[in-house]
Amino acid sequence: MLARGPAFRLLPRIDQDNRFFWASGADGRLRFLRCGHCRSYVHPPAPRCPECLSEELSPEAVSGRATVVAYTCNVQQWIPGSEPYLIGLVAIDEQESVRLTTNLVDVELDQVREGMPVEVVFEHNDDVYLPLFRPATDAEAQP
Amino acid sequence: MTAVEPPLERRAVISGIGQSAIGRPLDRTDIDITVEACLAAVADAGLTRDDIDGLSTYPGMGAGTPGFAGPSSPEVQDALRLRLNWHDGGGEGAGQMRAVIAACLAVAAGLARHVLVYRTVSESTAQGSGGRQGIGGGGGGGGVPRFSGFLQWSLPFGAVSAVNWIALVAQRRMHEFGLTREQLGQIALNGRRNAADNPSAIYRQPMDLADYLDARMISTPLCLFDCDAPCDGSTAFVVSHRDYAPDTPHPACHVNAVGTALRGRPSWDQFDDPTSMAARDAAASMWERTDLRPSDVDVAQLYDGFSILAMVWLEALGFCGRGESGPFVADGTAIGRAGVLPLNTAGGQLSGGRLHGFGLIHEACVQLRGQGGERQVYRRGTSVPEVAAVSNGGGPIAGTMLLTRGEG
Repeated sequence: MLARGPAFRLLPRIDQDNRFFWASGADGRLRFLRCGHCRSYVHPPAPRCPECLSEELSPEAVSGRATVVAYTCNVQQWIPGSEPYLIGLVAIDEQESVRLTTNLVDVELDQVREGMPVEVVFEHNDDVYLPLFRPATDAEAQP
Repeated sequence: MTAVEPPLERRAVISGIGQSAIGRPLDRTDIDITVEACLAAVADAGLTRDDIDGLSTYPGMGAGTPGFAGPSSPEVQDALRLRLNWHDGGGEGAGQMRAVIAACLAVAAGLARHVLVYRTVSESTAQGSGGRQGIGGGGGGGGVPRFSGFLQWSLPFGAVSAVNWIALVAQRRMHEFGLTREQLGQIALNGRRNAADNPSAIYRQPMDLADYLDARMISTPLCLFDCDAPCDGSTAFVVSHRDYAPDTPHPACHVNAVGTALRGRPSWDQFDDPTSMAARDAAASMWERTDLRPSDVDVAQLYDGFSILAMVWLEALGFCGRGESGPFVADGTAIGRAGVLPLNTAGGQLSGGRLHGFGLIHEACVQLRGQGGERQVYRRGTSVPEVAAVSNGGGPIAGTMLLTRGEG
């Protein structure tokens, strides 16, 4: 059984630009900035849309569904007390170019695959809701 | 395609090379080993410190984890009482070799004539008796710092070391290209074979594929022998205007072209192609600046901070097709010293020691000068290599250059 992440979570420093992202899981939804002009999702948060330079950016909830691009099982105890855990690189369903580094949870190393559909589940730490990903519950409906 | 005017970097040569003792650990200070390497390079170039009018280093003052940065350029300038017309130090740019490239451009622009360039690491001393450190420390307790910038997107998930970020590259390549651990291991085994003939190398005892496959995992699919060996050491060069080449005591190594592009997003997780990242762009931009082709390269010193990165570079530089580096290295023949592309002939960073890019540049010069001794590569049986490719960096960090014996 793999751990859900390191024994101790190093956390982001919250500022005006990233607060919406790290607090987003309070209502169970994952959010990204989206451009009101060209409709691109923007990540990490930026002052203007990096595609069209519009200032019409605002957080928008997404489905929370994503696809595994790559994964690794970290074994080395960089953080004392940690058991092996899965680090994943996932691409969100709404826009393939938006990726998150995350922990893959509720899945074993021999079960995880590139292309596996996953869904967000949040882990609350202090004022931060970390988006982790588990196998999608209706995975059989996915291609 | 070459521009009508030759690229400006072609006005530069590496006229001198120097290296300190290399150890794990050395029990000497950063500035001590840096001065040793710098004075060796200046003497090797047939110069004295009074001739040096430029100074450059990577990554500059206080950057990174302990033991990573080495002394700053002001410390080295003062230790050698250099009188400088140009000086530079920094950690952003085309890999670690950005300091060498900056020196080439300074020489080409007439800002300096002889630039001393150095890179010093003391990561073995900094590591002490404990293990290699992740970024952000071990955590726990009160007053733990929080992280902004790009680290906020990886550290919370325990992706606290470059090995984690690069393991994702390796795993993706297994999925897309069918890369195997047996193929990956050939990079480590090749380095170890070459290190046996490098008296300065950190790990020289023989290693076979079973040893590699049995090594403990660090971050799957990368094991201990996929990670380079932290060490203490300093490497220095003198970059001079090519007008000086006829007067160098040893053959000058001419800078034929440099590759500095970064066209994808500068990000470990958002770069468009996670199997190549910035190596693709740096390599493409280098070939745009020269009439030389991959088939002209006689010896390659490709960045192997992690084994997989050397494979990424083999493809990016066009020594084999995209996704074909696994079969290319598979039996170790092609990358061996008698192969079509001798690779990392001093052992690379995996066995030679993590001199962080500069050790690879040093070895490219050694080979072009015919000073490799037991590990010297001979092309067509008898001749010293004429063209060497060198690369530095991994992920969104990449720089590359072609060096030639003679004007190329």
